[in-house]
Amino acid sequence: MGSHSAAVGEQQTYDYKVVRQFAIMAVVWGVFGMGMGVFIAAQLVWPSLNDLVQPFTHFGRLRPLHTNAVIFAFGGCALFATSYYVVQRTCQTKLFGGFLVPFTFWGWQAVIVLAAITLPQGMTSSKEYAELEWPIDILITLVWVSYAVVFFGTIAKRKTSHIYVANWFYGAFIVTVAMLHVVNSAAVPVTLTKSYSAYAGAMDAMVQWWYGHNAVGFFLTAGFLGMMYYFVPKQAGRPVYSYQLSIVHFWALISLYIWAGSHHLHYSALPDWAQSLGMVMSLILLAPSWGGMINGIMTLSGAWHKLRTDPTLRFLVVSLSFYGMSTFEGPMMAIKTVNALSHDTDWTIGHVHSGALGWVAMISIGSIYHLLPVLTGRKEMWSVKLINIHFWLATVGTVLYIAAMWVNGITQGMMWRAFNEDGTLTYSFIQSVVASEPGYVVRVIGGAFFVAGMLIMAYNTYRTVASERSEEESAAAPQAA
Amino acid sequence: MSTFWSLWIIILTVINLALLFWVLMANRKVAVSDEDDPENRTTGHVYDGIEEYDNPLPRWWFMMFLATFVFSIIYLAAYPGLGSYKGFLGWTSTGELANDQAKAQESYEKTFGKYIQMPIEELAQDPKAMKMGTRLFANNCAVCHGADGGGAFGFPNLTDHDWIYGGTPEAIKTTLINGRQAAMPAWGDILGEEKIAEVAQFVLSLSGRAEDDNMVTKGKEIFAQNCATCHGADAKGLVAMGAPNLTDDIWLYGGDPAEIRQTLRSGRNGMMPSQADKLREDKIHLLTAYVYSLSLDAPESK
Repeated sequence: MGSHSAAVGEQQTYDYKVVRQFAIMAVVWGVFGMGMGVFIAAQLVWPSLNDLVQPFTHFGRLRPLHTNAVIFAFGGCALFATSYYVVQRTCQTKLFGGFLVPFTFWGWQAVIVLAAITLPQGMTSSKEYAELEWPIDILITLVWVSYAVVFFGTIAKRKTSHIYVANWFYGAFIVTVAMLHVVNSAAVPVTLTKSYSAYAGAMDAMVQWWYGHNAVGFFLTAGFLGMMYYFVPKQAGRPVYSYQLSIVHFWALISLYIWAGSHHLHYSALPDWAQSLGMVMSLILLAPSWGGMINGIMTLSGAWHKLRTDPTLRFLVVSLSFYGMSTFEGPMMAIKTVNALSHDTDWTIGHVHSGALGWVAMISIGSIYHLLPVLTGRKEMWSVKLINIHFWLATVGTVLYIAAMWVNGITQGMMWRAFNEDGTLTYSFIQSVVASEPGYVVRVIGGAFFVAGMLIMAYNTYRTVASERSEEESAAAPQAA
Repeated sequence: MSTFWSLWIIILTVINLALLFWVLMANRKVAVSDEDDPENRTTGHVYDGIEEYDNPLPRWWFMMFLATFVFSIIYLAAYPGLGSYKGFLGWTSTGELANDQAKAQESYEKTFGKYIQMPIEELAQDPKAMKMGTRLFANNCAVCHGADGGGAFGFPNLTDHDWIYGGTPEAIKTTLINGRQAAMPAWGDILGEEKIAEVAQFVLSLSGRAEDDNMVTKGKEIFAQNCATCHGADAKGLVAMGAPNLTDDIWLYGGDPAEIRQTLRSGRNGMMPSQADKLREDKIHLLTAYVYSLSLDAPESK
């Protein structure tokens, strides 16, 4: 039977093959997507790197490849892996859906490969985080509907009386992402590789950022909160801090996020009422977001000593700290007057990465370090020491990255808005670029730290999986004799 | 916004916030009495070994949540947000822009107001005023005339003493305020290619670059009949007509024989836009002094 299924009680088995496939691909795409991020960060320091193989290696073409690879390839695979694992374990039943299960894996990998082929060629719908052209969008829809059938089918045939909170979040993420993707990707195809958005003008912008912000809210937040609600209590060996808090912050989070997208369009052609409403809803979102952080961190109370010896738990705890920080920063940046300073500056990029590196990547990494030993029938990863090194590389890298972007963002915002008494601009744009250069260098260094950690993780993963195989072989030998 | 959509937005917003408030209050267990050991009460559910405590909402978190509710209600009452309801402050983004612009105008009054009384010649010697002039020029004029005022093809050089519409302070100011529309007519259909070539030779001869004396003689006659009206019998130009001096070897549209023929054949319609509706009068006054100052150090023309 090996690693692909595991015994539950007497007769129940879980379907681990797909979990394992997605977990390993999450590591692979993590190295690829984050490596791409370091490369385009380097292009902003050494612009000649754009000319490697023009026009395919131009920043404008690789940047969407970086974002798609880290969000949908790395993040997506981590979500598939953990949700398939968690839903089985907390419902005490195998995955529902038969052939749909492997279809979600191979279909999702096909989407990623198609993205890697089309984006450098300049095939794009030009919608941020939804750049892929319509045939790929249709494939995503098919995979996603299959995912929903598998997930909710498994919930339906659960052997537990209640549905665990992690599954509420995974469920909300799956349903909402389906809606967002279908509505925002609606387009009129012209050729196989070109289409035009079904919406126009300010309405197109509003639909795009309704999608864009909820890609953050549901893909990158709700889904990963699902991850948090299983792996934090499991790794800490402690009960979840407050069921009451779970209920309140779940409903508040999912109902408020949907409203918040218009804060991306402050001081634009969007009507005033839509801007204000987006800002207000973003502010009320602060407490519900922190509800998740509190529930995670307070779960550890009584188990703090475990942090000394368990680097996996460190990943999980630090990810919650970054989550709390980003979700404080987000509502602040949604306030119109703050946004007037931060908009279009590197501050936004810093904010995104404190969420993406600090929260999304770290919670995924921690969860995968918990997952891989279970999937390979080991007590722990091949090297716990390497997990610890990875932890420090990731933490230092993230701090360097976001600190550099804060400094750059505020510098840019202040320079752009500086006026002389005669009403002319104090600084030219290029002066603000020159002032940003040191920050761009620090960002490359921070990113390189983070990717170095991912490479260590890839090696550790390889050794863990490989050692399982050799154990299997040696275990098989005596039987044959 | 139609009443339907306005109500749609208001109702959805209010229902969402009200339901949320209800969920918050219904699950608030802050007042739970500290019986034996509330920290250890669980819901009784176990999922894959994970239990859940039935702890109350942290008090500070609950208060923070309430505070954001209160802020939001006040904000939505004060500002536009609920459909077509305008908010009691009457704020609009266009209103804020108008307000900011009015404030800026007020500060310009202080910055530039004092200069409007000063004569251009005197202002052109004022270093502080000229520094502002440089920035105003960079923001408003440099796109066409170049950052140094040196001009480009079709855009006059402002740093020499060759002035198409006059280089006195008054003339420069008039140019800035009203703009200028040049009108060199197209002679291609009237004269024909042969005569155009002859006039071109004559025009070239004015700066000593003629290639064919025979054509120059013919061209001179054609010039006297057709061109002298605007450019003057001596071809030194007429400021009143905006007709450039053709004898100084300064060329707005290029001085090659082919370029001169093209100018004759198709005409030219140079356009300096009016600044009156773009810039305040005191800014125009300062810019006039700046443009005037540009050619002060230039060597006198022959």
